[in-house]
Amino acid sequence: MSSIELTAKINKIIKFSNVDGPGNRMAIFFQGCNFNCEYCHNPETINICKNCYKCVDECPTNALYIEKEKVVWNDSLCCECDRCIKSCGFDASPKVKEYSVSQLVKEVAKVKAFIKGVTVSGGESTLQYKFITEFFKEIKKSWPNLTCFVDTNGSLDLEKDIYKEFVEVTDSFMLDVKAWNEEEHFKLTEKRVENVIKNLNFLKEIGKLFEVRTVVVQGKLNNRMTIKNVSEVIAKTDVRYKIIKYRHFGVREILQETLLPPTDKELEELESLAQKLEVKNTLII
Amino acid sequence: MILETIKSQKITFEQKVVTLARLAEGSIEVLNKSEALKKYIEDGIICDLFEGNAPYRPRYIVPDYDVFMQNGSKFLNLDKPTNIWEAVHGLLILYKHVPSITTMPVYLGNIDYLLEPFIKDESEAYLAIKLFLKHIDSTITDSFCHANIGPKETKAGLIILKVMRELELPTPNLTIKYAEETSDKIAVEAIQTALVTAKPSFANDKIFRDDFKGEYGIVSCYNGLKVGGGANTLVRVRLGALSKLASSKEEFLTKVLPEVSKEMLNYIDERSKFVIEESGFYESSFLVKEGLLEKEKFTGLFGFVGLAECVNNLLGATEKKDRFGYSEVAADLALEIVRSMSSLVQNHKTKYAGEFFGNTHLLHSQVGIDTDRNESPGCRIPVGEEPEIFEHIVQSAPFHQYCPSGIGDIFVFDETYKSNPEAILDIIKGAFETDMRFFSLYSDSCDVVRVTGYLVKRSEMEKLDKGEQVLRDTTILGKGARDNAKALGRKLRSE
Repeated sequence: MSSIELTAKINKIIKFSNVDGPGNRMAIFFQGCNFNCEYCHNPETINICKNCYKCVDECPTNALYIEKEKVVWNDSLCCECDRCIKSCGFDASPKVKEYSVSQLVKEVAKVKAFIKGVTVSGGESTLQYKFITEFFKEIKKSWPNLTCFVDTNGSLDLEKDIYKEFVEVTDSFMLDVKAWNEEEHFKLTEKRVENVIKNLNFLKEIGKLFEVRTVVVQGKLNNRMTIKNVSEVIAKTDVRYKIIKYRHFGVREILQETLLPPTDKELEELESLAQKLEVKNTLII
Repeated sequence: MILETIKSQKITFEQKVVTLARLAEGSIEVLNKSEALKKYIEDGIICDLFEGNAPYRPRYIVPDYDVFMQNGSKFLNLDKPTNIWEAVHGLLILYKHVPSITTMPVYLGNIDYLLEPFIKDESEAYLAIKLFLKHIDSTITDSFCHANIGPKETKAGLIILKVMRELELPTPNLTIKYAEETSDKIAVEAIQTALVTAKPSFANDKIFRDDFKGEYGIVSCYNGLKVGGGANTLVRVRLGALSKLASSKEEFLTKVLPEVSKEMLNYIDERSKFVIEESGFYESSFLVKEGLLEKEKFTGLFGFVGLAECVNNLLGATEKKDRFGYSEVAADLALEIVRSMSSLVQNHKTKYAGEFFGNTHLLHSQVGIDTDRNESPGCRIPVGEEPEIFEHIVQSAPFHQYCPSGIGDIFVFDETYKSNPEAILDIIKGAFETDMRFFSLYSDSCDVVRVTGYLVKRSEMEKLDKGEQVLRDTTILGKGARDNAKALGRKLRSE
């Protein structure tokens, strides 16, 4: 089998993004995630559609239909009302497209003159590491000046041999460290924190950590503890620490009431804590 | 009208003097106009942009300020400058003697290159440049006044950008000539400045340098002209209004457009002829005598607005997918129209355009005037209908090659770009690689904003809304463009 025939389910491609790494980047969002974060801002990227057809009935423009028992999305008819996503009780989206590596490379070709590189995100992009490895190799072959970044929740143990080629072909990673405390992390994400912290150290050591992100939620999380511990790891390096203000936007309605955004004062205090611990580059967004 | 102007409390003394002079000029008829031309003018299809009935100076003048820096000026009794203070002082004096359609200079030179040789002590240079720019804003009260920097990074260029960020003033307008030799450092500084004060714009240096066989200046809104020359006149056609005279696109291309172009070109000749042969400008101006200007480097500008409306009318395109900016059919027709105009202009040889340009006028994508309704600037996609930025650039770029004397698009970016200005630089690099000629940007949080090509302060327009006087006449034009043409409602580019 030629590696070019590998395919992946992609939820969205943003041709120009200024928040997914250095410069202007094409950001590719893969479908499917192994975390189930309470505050997830795009929960429809978590699961793969199980073809219950609920959304098909909801679609006002017939952009969704059933073909060979599967839900198919015709984007040219879509009015982007997102009723399908709201009606899905399964945290999936029918608006997903299957791309082969070569099809995705063609998408990059259109914008190559305008971007510094590509960033794969999600969902959780590393779950598609085989596809991404081939995709990045193709990009490097065609446009060596473009950089390839991965945005990850850090759940896979990237030190393992099976990920060696994937890590090698990736220029840099952007890592979410959502919580430091094991119990807290599990409660938030339904997964353990062990690999996240392992990856934080590993990626820093090999010089492939561009940025760490922590979403700050008021009251709910021990934000201070997370930021203190991350800061100690990335102190005195060029790794940027992005401190993100939790916002309700996109979060599952049922959970919105239990989560509160932090005050600007809290964010500034957390930023100065990171700076005090000698993090050279911090950013609140 | 005269008494009304004299008694007005809404305009400044200076604005009264200019208005009265225009009324005097308008009271005589010295130009020959054909009946067909008169009809086009009456119907609002051809318009000379209030240049007046008896043009007594070229519309845009682009002095070669290097000549002044080398020789000083005999007429102004100024020696060649020897330090930063003499340099800025000399230029400020000279600027007040450079005429134009607005009475004030539309071009101030590549001010970084002019000042760079005098930068010895950077803190002293910073003060001199700050006072220089503040002086320009307060005395040249018209933001069609335009300075250039680049393409090379200079100490002066970096200081100019820093000062402009601090002052947040609309005048002078600024463009950075961007080439491969432009460092990322100064380009990013330029973007950071533009996100605060809506300037500089970016000019694709290679394209301009090829078109003008060397030194060019960006003047007024974004007009490319030859240094040491300029434009005698600018006459424009409103393509949206014109398209209503045609019953099909074939009729438009084969009959309506050639006919109006012929009248336009003759009118450009007629106006230029008066400037050159009757007004005595080229014989009497010290700028010509002292070698800062040369008649043969002047041309005439053939302007047009409303390409989008023209194409949408001709195609009867009402649905978004069929309209200019979205449909390939619309884009192809638009290109055909612009190519036709370009060849009509190039094939019109005239002694009223200088030898430098092979005795032809130049095609200019004009941005419109404050009273325009239903005509989008030049080749631009109508405000409010803009596609995503990538599609926008790719759709706009092919038009840029046909308009050597100026065309441009404006993009509004949100706050998030302030923490990643490199992203905008990547976009500009891509746009220029796609052969875009000119790129303007500002941020939605700016007080200084770009209207169509010139700059105004939102806070000043608010004063005008309340009926108060304002210093700059461009604020009055900006208010009109805001009210009549949604000029400040451009699509916000986020993420």
